[in-house]
Amino acid sequence: MNAAQRSRRRLTGMVRKESLQILRDPSSIAIAFVLPIVMLLLFGYGVSLDARDVRIGFVIESPDGDSAELRAAFDESEYFEALVFHAIQPAEQALRHHDIDGIVWLRSDFSHRLHAGLGATVGVIVNGVDANQARITEGYILGAWQTWLNHYAERRGLPEPFPIALEQRVWFNPAVRSRDFLVPGLVAVIMTLIGALLTALVVAREWERGTMEALLVTPIHIRELLLGKLIPYFVLGMGGMLLTVAMARWQFDVPLRGSFAVLLAASALFMLVALAMGLLISIVARNQFVAGQVAIIVTFLPAFILSGFIFDIHSMPWAIQQITWLIPARYFVSILQTVFLAGNVWSVILPNAAALALMGALLLALVRRKAGKRLE
Amino acid sequence: MLQHIFALIVKEFLALLKDKRSRFVIIGPPIVQLVVFGYAATYDLNRVPFAIYDEDNTVLSQRLTERFSGSTTFELVGRIDHDAGIAPMIDGKRALMVLHIGPRFSDRLASGDSAPVQVIVDGRNSNTALLALNYVRDVLLAFTADWAAEQQRPPPPAKLEMRAWFNGNLVSQWFIVPGIIGLLTLVVSLLVTALSVAREREEGTFDQLLVTPLRPVEILIGKSVPGLIIGLLESTLIVLLTVYWFEVPLRGHIGALYLGLFLFLLANIGIGLMISSMAVTQQQGLLGAFLFLVPAVILSGFATPIANMPELVQQLTLINPMRYFLVIVRGVFLEDAGMDLLADQYWPMAVIALCSLAAAGWLFRRRMY
Amino acid sequence: MSDTSSPAIRVRGVTRRFGGARPVQALDALTLDVQRGKVTGLIGPDGAGKTTLMRIAAGLLLPDSGEIRVLDTDMRENPLAAQSRLGYMPQRFGLYEDLTVQENLDLYADLQGVEPARRAGRYRELMHMTGLAPFTARLAGHLSGGMKQKLGLACTLVSSPQLLLLDEPTVGVDPVSRRELWAIVYRLVREQHMSVLLSTAYLDEAERCDDVILLHEGRLLGQQAPGAFSAPMRGRVWQVSADLGKRRLQQRLDLNPLVLDALTEGRHARVVSCDARTPPEKLVEGLPGARIQAVQPRFEDAFIARLQQQRPTPPAATFTAPRTGSKRDGAVIEVHELSRRFGDFVAVNRVSFEVRRGEIFGLLGANGAGKSTTFRMLCGLLPVSSGTVRVAGVDLRRAAARARGRIGYMAQRFSLYGNLSVRENLNFFASAYGLSGAIRRERIAAAMDDFELGPFEHSAALTLPLGYKQRLALAAALMHRPDILFLDEPTSGVDPLARREFWWHINALAEAGVTVLVTTHFMDEANYCDRLVIMADGEVLAEDSPENLRARFRQPGEEEASMEDAFIALIEQHQREKAA
Repeated sequence: MNAAQRSRRRLTGMVRKESLQILRDPSSIAIAFVLPIVMLLLFGYGVSLDARDVRIGFVIESPDGDSAELRAAFDESEYFEALVFHAIQPAEQALRHHDIDGIVWLRSDFSHRLHAGLGATVGVIVNGVDANQARITEGYILGAWQTWLNHYAERRGLPEPFPIALEQRVWFNPAVRSRDFLVPGLVAVIMTLIGALLTALVVAREWERGTMEALLVTPIHIRELLLGKLIPYFVLGMGGMLLTVAMARWQFDVPLRGSFAVLLAASALFMLVALAMGLLISIVARNQFVAGQVAIIVTFLPAFILSGFIFDIHSMPWAIQQITWLIPARYFVSILQTVFLAGNVWSVILPNAAALALMGALLLALVRRKAGKRLE
Repeated sequence: MLQHIFALIVKEFLALLKDKRSRFVIIGPPIVQLVVFGYAATYDLNRVPFAIYDEDNTVLSQRLTERFSGSTTFELVGRIDHDAGIAPMIDGKRALMVLHIGPRFSDRLASGDSAPVQVIVDGRNSNTALLALNYVRDVLLAFTADWAAEQQRPPPPAKLEMRAWFNGNLVSQWFIVPGIIGLLTLVVSLLVTALSVAREREEGTFDQLLVTPLRPVEILIGKSVPGLIIGLLESTLIVLLTVYWFEVPLRGHIGALYLGLFLFLLANIGIGLMISSMAVTQQQGLLGAFLFLVPAVILSGFATPIANMPELVQQLTLINPMRYFLVIVRGVFLEDAGMDLLADQYWPMAVIALCSLAAAGWLFRRRMY
Repeated sequence: MSDTSSPAIRVRGVTRRFGGARPVQALDALTLDVQRGKVTGLIGPDGAGKTTLMRIAAGLLLPDSGEIRVLDTDMRENPLAAQSRLGYMPQRFGLYEDLTVQENLDLYADLQGVEPARRAGRYRELMHMTGLAPFTARLAGHLSGGMKQKLGLACTLVSSPQLLLLDEPTVGVDPVSRRELWAIVYRLVREQHMSVLLSTAYLDEAERCDDVILLHEGRLLGQQAPGAFSAPMRGRVWQVSADLGKRRLQQRLDLNPLVLDALTEGRHARVVSCDARTPPEKLVEGLPGARIQAVQPRFEDAFIARLQQQRPTPPAATFTAPRTGSKRDGAVIEVHELSRRFGDFVAVNRVSFEVRRGEIFGLLGANGAGKSTTFRMLCGLLPVSSGTVRVAGVDLRRAAARARGRIGYMAQRFSLYGNLSVRENLNFFASAYGLSGAIRRERIAAAMDDFELGPFEHSAALTLPLGYKQRLALAAALMHRPDILFLDEPTSGVDPLARREFWWHINALAEAGVTVLVTTHFMDEANYCDRLVIMADGEVLAEDSPENLRARFRQPGEEEASMEDAFIALIEQHQREKAA
């Protein structure tokens, strides 16, 4: 055998060993397969920001045609589930007990003031504890009320109550389904889990069990050792990506408007970054417990919270926004949401991909520098 | 009996506080969670970048534009003068939204016709899109009302008067930060207990304990009390920060909160000890805790409402103690809820605590080989 | 190829320090050569710098200063060039426990660049040599300790290296496996002219080396053939017997200021005098019916003589006698037809024995013989599958917590709370055993005194030197003055000096009437037992006193066999019977 053949053989030996270990270790299986599926199901089915079936208490102090009309406008909307009260106190009681989420209150003089042109007031009370849901509920109520008022004015030949007609278009997600934006972002979280957490644990385990010592004394080159670790986890991470994409596409009906090739290329880039982080952590920590904790805190949590996966980066305070520039997942989530929902928008994909490539190169260089064939 | 338990508690505290890793578990996550969730996790929109496409170009249309650019919610990032300019703005994420004022906007408005205004929103983050649309609608309504008053047109026959109870300005921090009390209590009490038996097993000290005259129930109590005390101390710290740093109002009775906290901690400790009794190594304990934590947090109503989940998933949340505690903590803080109102939250946690502690005690004996 | 006349390893002025809170000088200006084609032993007490030297030779660590050349390669410059020609087995064998035997071999063959065409032959040869051929499909994690050790060796040998570095290859491995390992090593040296550097904590293994390097605190105490070490000891080593119990004899000798070292061996005691001028009569003065004769010195005697001078002898501990239990002089531990199954596997098969009051009773066996399982069942840590166990009249697993107050337990690994201080550990165990107030203070003060733990009172237990950890563990186990003491391989990994001290305490306890049940790997320690059982494959092969066993397996012309020879003979006899 010549030197190149020997080198290839060492590399394939490492890759084979690593793959066998993944398949035989229950905690690898748990992180690589069980956790992603649990998260997909949780986010696909469990997490939804879309308020549906908002329970509204209608307080109609004196029922008549007008109040019935207004109620009908709410009934038409798919967002509401209406309960009728005849006085405000029981409705307030119900709001306190969380039996309803909001109150629409038509006082006894509602019809009278409406017809007399005195300006009728419809009182709305929502439970503001969950500010986001409260705001969405207010929006729904406003919409239903506008519909009713337009009808009312039209039928009576009154001037249009809302002369500015708002025509709203939500691009990429006309039905405004939160699942469509959450599930693509999950690809980043799952790949971080496999790339950084699993890799960090696995390499740290070699140190702990003393097998690293035996490996380092063999004629293996450090780049073969690193590649031998990178390749199997790269494949595993890409597998996680494919699983997520397949489930997004077919299980959760999320559209994939961009090209699959772009998605694949961007994922490969991100995978390198995640793996480099995992390797770096394990080289520095050399202990599974510490490596696990560090990986969760510096890779997993940021990918979850600071990447724009759930919480919009625009809304964060300035200082935290600056921190997000250091989070690789931020760039990848941006690419993912664009490729899935918008298509191949190069003006988003290219700068983000460039940032990922830069981070990957830096991190891999750092790994190469930190990893040596000595124990210290 | 009491002396035994006391000795165990002292030992448990020493072992916990003298170990660098355990100290980190107790101190690290709270800080990270408080900073990250207190500041980063917000659904409030501010400085939404938007572009204007004004085909009318009149004083009125400019006034409308100013309504947007002048508010803190929106930030004008560009102007467009043809239809083809919209797509690059939105696609490239330069603007979240484009406000398109049609030609003859002011003419039509003056003549009493409906004057169309088009809003194009980036739906990639559906929640942001939805909220932005709500803000747009609010601005337009206010603009219309002012304009009508100026023109001395009759106001619409009815008006909507919106109020939000408990959180008048709809600040998300008031919702998220009390939730952190729950999140933190869960993470700390779970990590402290989930690793405790596993660590002793890994280090061989558990055998040493089992050959002493200590009874399993004493060991169980000895392992629970430190988690309880640390959990109570840490959550008290976060309660103080919530009130004095984040200035979230504490309207209800503190006793109602602490009763909930106590039951919640017991339930968590029971679950933590269950995980710990099943794990052979700390590694497995950590993984087990993680596998429980992720769904427990997501399905608790911490960030997204339980009511939005499918029926089956909602049923599943019934065994999650955090779900009940979040109602209590938010109820006490914002709604001035008393114990009577929260009774339905207390008893399920008590049941979970009882079952999990009993199971942990049983597993303790089971795994004595 | 390299010049065969140069040494395999050349160390010149190598110094190595480790930082941290408590800096350690691991190697201090060390200069030595390891010769080619020989087996060189690296010997020294804990913390002598053996592992550091191994790692520097393997290219895993850089020296702070000094020169290291391995197979004519400078390990500071170009370790890869030497690493392709050397084999290194780290302390835990460097095996992947979740890979099979074959997969481990394949991995190392790939890494070492063994030609595919040559592999089949090489594997066959190695598997035959190590006896692992029937187990190639088994996961390495499921092998016994001795088999793991042999697989580890096979993996380092897969490319026929010129130099073999073995770091404590025989730790925790039973005598049969150790003997097999040595046979393999010598075959390699003979047939392939391999050079071997091997570190060990077993002093009897030093005698099997061609050359011995004796390290102490990072410095070279000497390098020569083992015989050359022991030669100056001539005239200082004696065999003594007297009309006394063997423990009494040992105690009396230990208290004699002229005696440097006394070791129970069967009916006799082996005595090393403080210097060669001491007349033998002086050594046995006042012993009833004393007989003394000169014997051949061993490496161990030289080792003790060199190191004992640099270390104070243990003081005469005055351990107060345990509280008196039942006066009945019968069996304290009764084991009847005890079995334990894990699934289909029978770990312990119908084992019966009895331990009498005040006896030191040994449980000996190879790895996987079932002695640990038996031990854990006795302590109530593991449920029994069938049969009965009675300790002080009760089954500890079902007994009330109070019954456990009568036993003391010391686990195989150090198992006190590592980050608690010495005092905190003692406090906790005293309370756990229900001691309080003045009694607790008194007992803790006594333990600190007896075991000389005073200087370490506030140090975390984990940071103690190994010997002190062991004293602390024993102190904790004795806090409540138990009648019965369970010791699971209490001295594994501990150097010979600390082991002697430990047994001093145990002998004193037995004299005071404590019943001691002990498992051990060290055959010389079996000599301290009054009676012992030898187990293999979950069965009891023999139950007898060590003296009788040694007499039974003596070779023609010998007065008695060594304990190790007796053990191996018994195991081999068992294997022959099983095969037949």
